[in-house]
Amino acid sequence: MFCEKAIELIRELQRMSDGQLPAFNEDGLRQILQEMESLYEQNQSDVNEAKSDGRAELIPSIKLRHCCLLRNQRCVAAYLYDRLLRIRALRWEYGSVLPANVRFHMCAEEWFSQYKKSLASFMRSLGADGLDITQDMKPPKSLYIEVRCLKDHGEFEIDDGTVILLKKNSQHFLPRWKCEQLIRQGVLEHVMS
Amino acid sequence: MDTQSYFPVQAGVGMEENFLSLDDILLSHERLPVRTECTFPRLGYLEKSSDAHDIAEGSKMELPLWLSKGLYERKRRVLSVELPKVYREGWRTVFNADPNVVDLHKMGPYYYSLGSQMLHFDSPENPDIAGTLLQTFIGRFRRTMDSSQNAYNEDTSALVERLDSLEKGLFRSGQSGLNGFQSWEKGQATQITASSLVLNYRKRKINDLQP
Repeated sequence: MFCEKAIELIRELQRMSDGQLPAFNEDGLRQILQEMESLYEQNQSDVNEAKSDGRAELIPSIKLRHCCLLRNQRCVAAYLYDRLLRIRALRWEYGSVLPANVRFHMCAEEWFSQYKKSLASFMRSLGADGLDITQDMKPPKSLYIEVRCLKDHGEFEIDDGTVILLKKNSQHFLPRWKCEQLIRQGVLEHVMS
Repeated sequence: MDTQSYFPVQAGVGMEENFLSLDDILLSHERLPVRTECTFPRLGYLEKSSDAHDIAEGSKMELPLWLSKGLYERKRRVLSVELPKVYREGWRTVFNADPNVVDLHKMGPYYYSLGSQMLHFDSPENPDIAGTLLQTFIGRFRRTMDSSQNAYNEDTSALVERLDSLEKGLFRSGQSGLNGFQSWEKGQATQITASSLVLNYRKRKINDLQP
């Protein structure tokens, strides 16, 4: 039966239902496009025959192949769109700079950099100086928060110029907007007193 | 509640499918028993059992839902689709008697959605099928809702294993609401947490590195 490869791609994505991005299955996509091409060619020749020789009984087969083409198109569109949604989630979870192992799984950075730019220009247009809407995902209760370091992250500079050394298990009292990014990435831990 | 950034396309409700929804695509991959009402020349290779060049009229095959939907025409020239077992008279009486005892996951994980799609094929039993689907859902909903709102911090696999995929989605949203409320009660609602996506990537990286 046709369109088996297409459903395999969809299953691949469905397996990671939490939103992680699996490697881009270029091979699979190429196979689907080849299948679509061969179906299309068969249909073309059948349509010409049906028209010129008046063989109307070929029409159900033509319709069947056409359904397969539409199905492949749907699967490919859904596959690409779902990957797009996952890459978008990466921007909101990781911030602008993605670590290498994540970037490796994307086929091209194009869409991600365009999305980053759109988001940045939108944020700049809000308010007087722009507003970072990727901050404060939970309602803030105070300007400064207590954080504990979960792993060595080297030196960290805050607005007034002081440099803080982030060593494992050290605790600091830092401005919220500087550390939110690091907490979401798992480097720091928000300590509630 | 952990803020979520990945919002997949939801499955369609009722007789409509969402074009880009992964759930709907997997659902429409389910196979149905059909009987062809006309010949399909040059497609004989799709039928594993025979070596014919064409698919003859009146042959019984199993076609996926997407193909059956695409080929089906009201004038009945092309295909006639038989109802799968679960939607037939026999099983319908079981569902009407007591919807709670049935293991819907085993009956095909997409019981409600597939049932709604079967209504496209103009079977004379359509009103009964639709009625049974609705009554089954109403009968089971109370238990799903109760269990999702009261199972806090425990292993829910026993509760979830007999649920159809639609009910599982409802159970999950119930659970996430419950967890959000509990964390708010404990005062953890303002605590910034590491994003679960990031943690999962990190776990995967460690697994990738291990030989």
